[in-house]
Amino acid sequence: MDHVISIKNLNKTFANGVMALKNVSLDVNSGEILALLGPNGAGKTTLISIACGLTYASSGQVFIAGYDIRKDYKAARRLVGLVPQEIALERYENVLDTVHFSRGLFGLPPDNALVEKTLRLLSLWDKRESSLRALSGGMKRRVLIAKALVHEPTIIFLDEPSAGVDVELRKEMWDVIKGLRDQGATVVLTTHYIEEAEELADRIAIIDKGAISLIEQKDQLIKQMGGKKIHIDLTEPCSSIPANLQKYDTHVTRDKKSLVYVCDTKYREKEIGLFLNDLHKTNLNIRDITTKEKTLEEIFMSIIEERKP
Amino acid sequence: MNLYSIRAIYIFEMSRTFRTLLQSVIAPIISTSLYFVVFGSAIGSRIQAIDNVDYGSFIVPGLIMLTVLVQSTSNAAFGIYFPKFIGTIYEPLTAPISYFEIVIGYVGAATTKSFSIGLIILLTSNLFVDVTIAHPVWMFLFLLMTCVSFSLFGFIIGVWAKNFEQLSLVTSLMITPLVFLGGSFYSISMLPEIWQKISLFNPIFYLVSGFRWSFYETADVAVHVSFIAVLAFSLLNLSLIGLIFKTGYKIKS
Ligand SMILES: Nc1ncnc2c1ncn2[C@@H]1O[C@H](COP(=O)(O)OP(=O)(O)OP(=O)(O)O)[C@@H](O)[C@H]1O
Ligand SMILES: [Mg+2]
Repeated sequence: MDHVISIKNLNKTFANGVMALKNVSLDVNSGEILALLGPNGAGKTTLISIACGLTYASSGQVFIAGYDIRKDYKAARRLVGLVPQEIALERYENVLDTVHFSRGLFGLPPDNALVEKTLRLLSLWDKRESSLRALSGGMKRRVLIAKALVHEPTIIFLDEPSAGVDVELRKEMWDVIKGLRDQGATVVLTTHYIEEAEELADRIAIIDKGAISLIEQKDQLIKQMGGKKIHIDLTEPCSSIPANLQKYDTHVTRDKKSLVYVCDTKYREKEIGLFLNDLHKTNLNIRDITTKEKTLEEIFMSIIEERKP
Repeated sequence: MNLYSIRAIYIFEMSRTFRTLLQSVIAPIISTSLYFVVFGSAIGSRIQAIDNVDYGSFIVPGLIMLTVLVQSTSNAAFGIYFPKFIGTIYEPLTAPISYFEIVIGYVGAATTKSFSIGLIILLTSNLFVDVTIAHPVWMFLFLLMTCVSFSLFGFIIGVWAKNFEQLSLVTSLMITPLVFLGGSFYSISMLPEIWQKISLFNPIFYLVSGFRWSFYETADVAVHVSFIAVLAFSLLNLSLIGLIFKTGYKIKS
């Protein structure tokens, strides 16, 4: 496999003693979207900062397209675009100037056509003359994305790109990110929006307390860990689970008005039929049945729960 | 050498200067004019000529130095402190440019600005007193070297500073006193012997002396000693900056 980013045994202890990364190794495949998920303080930003040259690792190595990020930093960084988590912009500059600045900084000649294309892609062209302090938070975030794309990187780190971006624009941004992948770019993104990872990611890595707890194909992860919830609304409250349903993963909701059956995907085929049969035999009066897939959030919480001592 | 990168930083910094033209250019001109009114006319008329140079004219090089040193230090310090403060420093730090190129961009812009202000003050002085320049090439060279070396120094201060107070403290508690004690407004031969010795440890003393020589051919130390002192100060700052970037001191965590 062609690993465009290769992280080997990365450790990071900050000056204040916080161990933000513990022996992290991770390979990112060329052309994929990898979603890095994890709770606040897990070490996602630290990992990205090291890969981009903002923070020094305490030990370990990072290779980008085969270039060591310390020894061949110029070659490595030319390929990389970073959208930082924190919005940092010079307030009195305008949108066009700041995007041109970013391209120049990467050592590239001015390219008005590309700047225009990038700003249009992010729905910012109308705001091009606007001073940055006059933009809304979501627009500022998109300016950061434009700045990261304008040197045409093939590897893009997006640290919570959709924080503060409204639902409609988030969908547009998802299209932008998918478009980048379709053009062959590799994307590493962090997000707290599970639907974002579900929508975009090819693979998902879960990081918790500075260590990678799992890395898996998204589809595989959902198939393995995912499942269906069957929600059975009853006409009369029921206080306990009927005896013949107790062998299934079932519980009664707090208001006692419904019964919930959680079916892991791996058992789905044989179990659902059996469950429905048994349900029929209980003589419960059923008002309605709804089914729901487990979300990635639930999967992700259960993985972290499972690993708690 | 990555010229587009350097140009990007340079243009960015210069446009920041133009946004604040009033405070960055007009203010020094006004304060210099005040010095001439007070020292040149009011007090200066009662002071005898030093080394056959009229007192009003004698202080011109010192005044230019005072402004240029304060401007170089504070511009360069602010130029790097501000991106650190608001977080935009992530961009140069993740761009494919060397530390040296970053420094050329920031220090180049600070130098340009203080050099221009130095020239403006030279012209302003000319309106108040007679200014003769015996060695124009040396004069420009000294001015330029001073701008470069103190912009480098300011860069270090900007990286080191934790807050805006520290930034301004360096100019008010360090640069200004050193300029005043460095013979800007007098010849150190007028001082008691012990203070003459102490002055030799003041780097600014060499600058002022050499710079004044290029105007009036009077100096407290030989001109080449002055020049070597400025050069040494620049190299010292340059190596400190190298160390800062190598260790990531206060710019990388
Ligand atoms: N400069 C720093 N100095 C000291 N500790 C730090 C520094 N930066 C981060 N940390 C600590 O390192 C740990 C990981 O932080 P990091 O920002 O990488 O988390 P994250 O996964 O990005 O969290 P979030 O989802 O909140 O953005 C945290 O405990 C944080 O407090
Ligand atoms: Mg983070």
